[in-house]
Amino acid sequence: MIKPEDDIHNALAAADVEEPSQAVAPANSVWKPLSWAKSNLFDSVPNALLTLLALLLLWETVPPLLSWGLFNATWSVADGTAAACRDGTGACWALMGEKNRLMLFGVYPYDQHWRPLLATAIVIAMLATSALRRFWLPALGYAWLGAVVVVAWLMWGGFLGLTYVETAQWGGLPLTLGLALLGIVLAFPLSIVLALGRRSNLPAIKAICTGYIELVRGVPLVSVLFMASVMFPLFLPEGVTIDKLLRALAGMTLFTAAYLAEAVRGGLQAIPRGQEEAADALGLSYWRKMRLIVLPQALRLVIPPIVNQFISCFKDTSLVTIVGLYDLLAATKAALADPEWRPFFVEGYVAAALVYWCFCFFMSRYSQWLERELATGTRR
Amino acid sequence: MSEAPLSEAPVVELIDVQKWYGAFHVLKDVNLSVRKGEKVVVCGPSGSGKSTMIRCVNRLEEHQGGRIVVGGIELADDLKAIEAIRKDVGMVFQSFNLFPHLTVLENLTLAPLWVKHIPKAEAEDLAMQLLKRVRIPDQAKKYPGQLSGGQQQRVAIARALAMKPSIMLFDEPTSALDPEMVKEVLDVMIELAGEGMTMICVTHEMGFARAVADTMVFMAEGRVIETAPPQQFFSDPKSERTRQFLGQIIGH
Repeated sequence: MIKPEDDIHNALAAADVEEPSQAVAPANSVWKPLSWAKSNLFDSVPNALLTLLALLLLWETVPPLLSWGLFNATWSVADGTAAACRDGTGACWALMGEKNRLMLFGVYPYDQHWRPLLATAIVIAMLATSALRRFWLPALGYAWLGAVVVVAWLMWGGFLGLTYVETAQWGGLPLTLGLALLGIVLAFPLSIVLALGRRSNLPAIKAICTGYIELVRGVPLVSVLFMASVMFPLFLPEGVTIDKLLRALAGMTLFTAAYLAEAVRGGLQAIPRGQEEAADALGLSYWRKMRLIVLPQALRLVIPPIVNQFISCFKDTSLVTIVGLYDLLAATKAALADPEWRPFFVEGYVAAALVYWCFCFFMSRYSQWLERELATGTRR
Repeated sequence: MSEAPLSEAPVVELIDVQKWYGAFHVLKDVNLSVRKGEKVVVCGPSGSGKSTMIRCVNRLEEHQGGRIVVGGIELADDLKAIEAIRKDVGMVFQSFNLFPHLTVLENLTLAPLWVKHIPKAEAEDLAMQLLKRVRIPDQAKKYPGQLSGGQQQRVAIARALAMKPSIMLFDEPTSALDPEMVKEVLDVMIELAGEGMTMICVTHEMGFARAVADTMVFMAEGRVIETAPPQQFFSDPKSERTRQFLGQIIGH
């Protein structure tokens, strides 16, 4: 069903986008669209041709996309069937209304969905709080400790009135978020140790760290997960099993750490030798020298590649589906298994992609902010 | 030249020190003896091994032959001994090597807090006293990148002094400075010399050397060519090589 007010709204929004921000700042500060277009879009024949080509491409793609995604889209269905969607020509966003819980929470017991919802909300709220510098206090550490306990209680249950839910039933966004977050938090310190080890003067430590990094970087994540999930239990004694989720998490962590280690090593190599010498000359021990002098500078330098790896890790969680875990993408796929809604798989994947994009875009923007915020060394 | 009487026991002693970089023999039979309160100025052409020698004294470089004894402790592979010596030997570098991510005050308090474990308030008091002494107390909250070269080097001197060392090493402290900033750093060093600090200073500033040195050391090709009191060193050098060097740097 198309809502007319949406139509107007979207048309207005589209008109807003057209308005360019102050592209050129003439001396009299009067913006002249025609002269701007002339000097920027049509200043030479090849440039004019490129401009026309770009306009043609936009004309061919944007209106059909808008009419599919917005103007002709079906936003809700009254009867719980996909009949209205099949009749319409646009996107079937009603799918979200019908299947959002399965997509977001996977096979977690349906009547308990408030638990992963609350857990996810707590984690996102804590992440948002931690992002702000004014909250970088010791209390934040205790808050995280408390949050982890509450989230674990919500997800597992088993005491204080909540029924027990085993990890095999976890799924959807909480699983994706949890795997990515824990993977990053565990892989980061490990990567620092690996990077320092690879630069160590002690041959045995250097060989172990270099060997580990090169070995893990040489195989795809899928095979690491597969080994963690299928091969690893073969080496365990009879009767001993390790949680499937934990094995996948270990695989993700070990894999991400190897890549992160190389990013960290890049930062370590960029620190002038004189910094270490000055720390040595003051009598600082190796670990203090690293913690107080070298790492703060090195890590600041490699924020972009580190966040790159974090983003990569977040998206790589979608691979745990091959060991039978239902992350956000796998849960979306499962939701689309319903024959009634199967034709509208595109909408499902677009929605899942949007969720991934939101988190990744936030990480990317946050890293840019963090770089500026921490750039004291170059501040003049 | 300082008038204070010098005690006889050496606080820094290099005996037949040898060092190689790969196949290149950079220090050959280097002998040096520094008594408490003595100011030694080391000069020589570039590549003569003078920086390498001074860096061996606090083990920034490892020597491969001979002995180095600092404050009664022999430098060897023992990490504890090395750290003990470094606590007592301050060093000032040609390129300052301040910690750019810390404020001037934090640069000064870092080692006292983390190596000597003195209370923070005490470390900051000491740091402010030292910044007054090097005449930049108003820069305490700034970052090194915001200071001029001369100011940065004075912070570096204060940072070394914050550990209350009994020996100070200066490795060409004014070589990286613009000419108009050399004096402000040398003034601080002359003041320090006047207070009786034991100093080993690699420098080409011969005016400074005349003013403070008790002993001049001339090095070339990895060897100590001449060791003499400054009057004799400047007016009547024994070696032809020294005479030639002095002619080159003082002649014009």
